[in-house]
Amino acid sequence: MRIQLQQTMQRHRGLFTTDHRTIGIRYLLLSLLAVAIGTVLSIFMRIHIVSPDLKLPLFGQIPPEGYLALVTMHGTLMVFFVLTTAPVNGFASLILPSQIGAQRMALPLLNAASFWLTSLSLTVLLAAFFVPGGAPISGWTNYPPLSAIAAAGPGQATGMDLWLVSIGIFCFASILSAVNMLTTIVSKRCEGMTLLRMPLTVWSWLVTGVLILFAFSILFAAVALLLSDRHLATGFFVPTGEVINGLLLDRANSHANGSPMLWLNLFWFFGHPEVYIAVLPSMGLTSSLLANFTRRPVFGYRFMVATTLLIGVFGLLVWGHHMFVSGMNPYAGTAFSLMTMAIAIPSSGKVLGWLAMLLRGRDSRVHPMPTPMLFTFGFLSFFIAGGLTGPILAQPILDAYLHNTYFVVAHFHLIMAMAGAFSLFAAVYYWFPLMTGRLMHETLGKWHFWLSLIGAYATFFPMHFAGLAGQPRHYAQLIGSTSTFLSSLLPLQTGITHSALFLASAQLLFLANLAWSARRGKPAGSNPWRATTLEWASDLTQCRVVRGPYEYNFQSNLSDFVMQCAAEPEQE
Amino acid sequence: MSAIFGLIPLALSTDRVWWMPSNGALHGLAIDHLMWWNLAILSALFVLAHILLITALFRSRPLKLHHSDGQQEEESRDRGRKVADKLWKSELILLFALTLLYTWMAISAQRLWATIRYQGAAPQALQVEVTGEQFQWYFRYPGTDAAFGLTRPELINAPAGNPLGIDRTDPHSTDDIISSILVLPAGREVDLNLRSIDVIHGFFIPGMRLKQNAVPGMPMHIHFTPSIPGDYAILCSQVCGLGHARMQTHLRVVSNDEYLTWLASHAPKPIEGATR
Repeated sequence: MRIQLQQTMQRHRGLFTTDHRTIGIRYLLLSLLAVAIGTVLSIFMRIHIVSPDLKLPLFGQIPPEGYLALVTMHGTLMVFFVLTTAPVNGFASLILPSQIGAQRMALPLLNAASFWLTSLSLTVLLAAFFVPGGAPISGWTNYPPLSAIAAAGPGQATGMDLWLVSIGIFCFASILSAVNMLTTIVSKRCEGMTLLRMPLTVWSWLVTGVLILFAFSILFAAVALLLSDRHLATGFFVPTGEVINGLLLDRANSHANGSPMLWLNLFWFFGHPEVYIAVLPSMGLTSSLLANFTRRPVFGYRFMVATTLLIGVFGLLVWGHHMFVSGMNPYAGTAFSLMTMAIAIPSSGKVLGWLAMLLRGRDSRVHPMPTPMLFTFGFLSFFIAGGLTGPILAQPILDAYLHNTYFVVAHFHLIMAMAGAFSLFAAVYYWFPLMTGRLMHETLGKWHFWLSLIGAYATFFPMHFAGLAGQPRHYAQLIGSTSTFLSSLLPLQTGITHSALFLASAQLLFLANLAWSARRGKPAGSNPWRATTLEWASDLTQCRVVRGPYEYNFQSNLSDFVMQCAAEPEQE
Repeated sequence: MSAIFGLIPLALSTDRVWWMPSNGALHGLAIDHLMWWNLAILSALFVLAHILLITALFRSRPLKLHHSDGQQEEESRDRGRKVADKLWKSELILLFALTLLYTWMAISAQRLWATIRYQGAAPQALQVEVTGEQFQWYFRYPGTDAAFGLTRPELINAPAGNPLGIDRTDPHSTDDIISSILVLPAGREVDLNLRSIDVIHGFFIPGMRLKQNAVPGMPMHIHFTPSIPGDYAILCSQVCGLGHARMQTHLRVVSNDEYLTWLASHAPKPIEGATR
């Protein structure tokens, strides 16, 4: 007994713990650090666009290449270390095992290993700021030859190498973590947890895991090939006759007849599924939270499962819609456009399902409009706002105008960044009791929601207009020989900068809420949201699932919710 | 909020910020039309969905308690089933309507894409070579012999006046005109031969509704017909290095006569006593 207790203590306390909850929380803290840095970088960018002469703390005056380094690092931090790490690795480690009635991940040691690899990857990435030349300047997509040749610009030497090594490590960690997640879902489900009794979050993690295996192994290969182009004089991505800074690359001894197009295909074969990797867990969570807070079963559970699977399959087949103007064959453009339009159908189906749930729902038993529910509303709003511009960008002829303008920046910041972030906020407010035993502060949470919602729309919605006006992204300043064209956008960009500052400051409320609630929050009890899924069950040792995941008000003579593992539902 | 404050002076100061810059290309009208319809329909859907969302957000939905006898319970269960049935049907109908909408978008856009991009330029189209290079666009006209001189990467030497690496021993190169702005006659189709010598650049003329990447090692053609004379911005739309934002120039669309005069005034003059 005593030995057992000691072992438990060790598992929880040790630096190299294999306890899935501790690892999950550590992943989330890592993401919190990354999102904080990424936000500060984006504020520096916003300030630089409108007042380039301003001296910033830490940075001083930002040169144009400094702006591009900020862009690259902001994108990389947010996409990899926030939108992938938090919803997939963080919450899956924290929640997934208990949601399927398991006591631990299938491979706990591997889970710990992936976390430490991810931390190493973040460290390597951030180190790029401190090497000569600074961080890479080629954007998070790092198209070669700009990324393949050190002489192509400041930051493209050691900084670029560090980026590639960091992402290589990240890919490896993500693949390990996906293997772990899939193994856990396949082999650790408790008795009675059939596939169609799994909560939709688990379905999302299942599809996400498969997508990660495909996407990140391709990215891993691409990164390895690019590193070999840079250091082993291979020529996967560098064409013959490449001239940089007026100097012909001496590649006489190598087979330098590569093509940058190969990188574009490999990168976007990763890059597009990556969007779904980031957003699928949010979709699952949205369904679950809507069921809980409207006290109704998920509307069309099988339909939701089917659309998740369809989005996963289609998600692997649409990468070319990032490449309509890249020099890809125009017939391929047609094929990718039609596939992309097709993926809008299951996505729209999900949105309609959620709206139906809202329409027939009831008030939550806990609170009329709890904070996680508000953030779920926010997710829906951004998902709709960002999703509706998707079909426009999927039409190659319209994308040929909008590609790489602020319109695209608005699109993906609404659908990926804001929808993703709001869903993560919902998850934190909802599952906070599982991390600390306490609830987060409701009033602070509501202020946080409304200010963030206003700030996010004020920041990203006007970008549509900058994009329609033709302003390309990645422009450090609105100057140059066509400056009358660009400088007419300065007032709009100034407004966006003010809004971005407002949005970022609103997040201080969240940090304050986290710090306050972790110590002084209201004790949550065992099942504060009166939820049905197993992560809220008090004891999983004898767990046996006998019903579906969303039995809210299923039968009118029973209590308003029945846990999945409750054998004899209590009579009301 | 402050974005709104930013928008007020903007709305007063310029007339073109809510929409694309004025179109000057023959194919642009159809694109603008399609863009307008797409944005109008999708904005309407955005508003509709948000009306539903906001209704749900501010609606009070008191819980009905279920202490009732068997018959009432049976009735309420029946009602619930009917409501769910109706919702399910309307969801499917709406999804079908959205599918039709997406199909219309796909078809209309593909028809336009096919007309503009599936075929190359007509043989009599004006030939201009566009070269992207960190951080400059160069335009080369073939001159009177209607043929471009050869270029070789090893000859590229911008300080010595040969940024494109033109092989001066090739007779076709003697009358080539190199310019840093693009001058085109209105109403004549132009076939751009797009290339890059270093990294990927994005050749973007917002006023011509035209964008195509210039990829090193992969020359590409893109064609269009400028129809309205004027001055149009040319930008780089693919991040290409530290000077990316400065990589801008102009397209001047002029009458045919002006174009011919411009060509004549820029034709290279043989240097007295120079030898190849």
